[in-house]
Amino acid sequence: MSKVVDIHNLTKSYGKDIAVKDVSFSIESNKICGLLGRNGAGKTTIMHMITAQLFPTSGDLKIFDERPYENRDVLNKICFIKESQKYPPNFCVHDVLEVAATLFPNWDQRFAKRLLKDFNLPRKRRIKKLSRGMLSSVGIIIGLASRAPLTIFDEPYLGLDAVARNLFYNHLIEDYADHPRTILLSTHLIDEVSKILEQVMVIDKGELIINEEADSLRGSAYAVAGLATKVDAFIQGKKVINKPHSLGGFTSAVIMDTPKFEDRKQADLLGLNITSVSIQELIVHLTGGNSQGKAVELQ
Amino acid sequence: MNTLTDDSRPIFLQIAEQIEDDIIKGGLPEESQVPSTNQFASFYQINPATAAKGVNLLVDQGILYKKRGIGMFVTKGAREIVMKKRREQFYEQYVIKMKQEAEKLGITAEELKEMIMKGEE
Repeated sequence: MSKVVDIHNLTKSYGKDIAVKDVSFSIESNKICGLLGRNGAGKTTIMHMITAQLFPTSGDLKIFDERPYENRDVLNKICFIKESQKYPPNFCVHDVLEVAATLFPNWDQRFAKRLLKDFNLPRKRRIKKLSRGMLSSVGIIIGLASRAPLTIFDEPYLGLDAVARNLFYNHLIEDYADHPRTILLSTHLIDEVSKILEQVMVIDKGELIINEEADSLRGSAYAVAGLATKVDAFIQGKKVINKPHSLGGFTSAVIMDTPKFEDRKQADLLGLNITSVSIQELIVHLTGGNSQGKAVELQ
Repeated sequence: MNTLTDDSRPIFLQIAEQIEDDIIKGGLPEESQVPSTNQFASFYQINPATAAKGVNLLVDQGILYKKRGIGMFVTKGAREIVMKKRREQFYEQYVIKMKQEAEKLGITAEELKEMIMKGEE
């Protein structure tokens, strides 16, 4: 499979501040990928570099096997929906879609109309009169109907309600099945999207800390809870990724590993409970302020 | 929207088990066509590649087979294969766990037997 995005040692710094630090990853064609991380982790900066809106300080990147800068062939294949995309305030929704239709070679007008109806957007309403959620819907409609070979959604659903988000997931999966393309999505609602992602990348403080298949990330950590002294005994020699919480004499710890049969047996003997950890919890632990940032090895 | 309940295990395994369940319960008789990976994807709101991985797992085990250009079908004798596999798992997944919990609560093997018989009535 060919690589749509291929990034090597990408760094972007603003003076002393390093926004993106030595990031390397690649995305194969026709995959749905998630770029996850906390606010200010560097996700949007990376997306800006992929779409040739920012120059990297150092490092190299290729999009569709070419450098994207001032490269019309490459840029024509990209649709980038920004978190707070600005549209001309006096345009009505219909006008915005008309303009979008001329920008994207694969644009599907019928699909756009169907989305407009499903998302309940008034065609004639002016952009400045739209609510936050409706503005997000406009971006989603453009992103989906563009059918661009590389579609990038940066936090596409500010202010969008659960029904509309669900609509987005449904349309995305259905349309992707009929028209496979590469999709890069950044979001904070990890649990909601983790099922539709094939590849997950996590950025923390400008660095790439996870780049894995979503399905292998599921079940790659577990929590163990019980009497503090017993938990302490259990976690010896294991990779603990949180600062264990205590409540009275009880503690819970999150361990980066798939629980093996011996682990379950040992936990049973010590009277401890083993529970699963979702991808969202795992990422919270790995990027959270209260952990040591990265997994620590206990002696 | 339909949800797969277990958050701790790979989704493709859960898809494969869902199909196996349908085969056991008779929802998918032998020689019948299995929904396409795209149908699975939109039904469970999952990535089509993940759905395909689950289906292919069953193809590898001879439970499903591919008819070129048409789709996936349930193999003749698939139910027997699935039942055999599930019976082997039953001891590990249910019986051992039950015995451990019984031990913890001080329930003797005799009492446990009685309880199982009671359920039969």
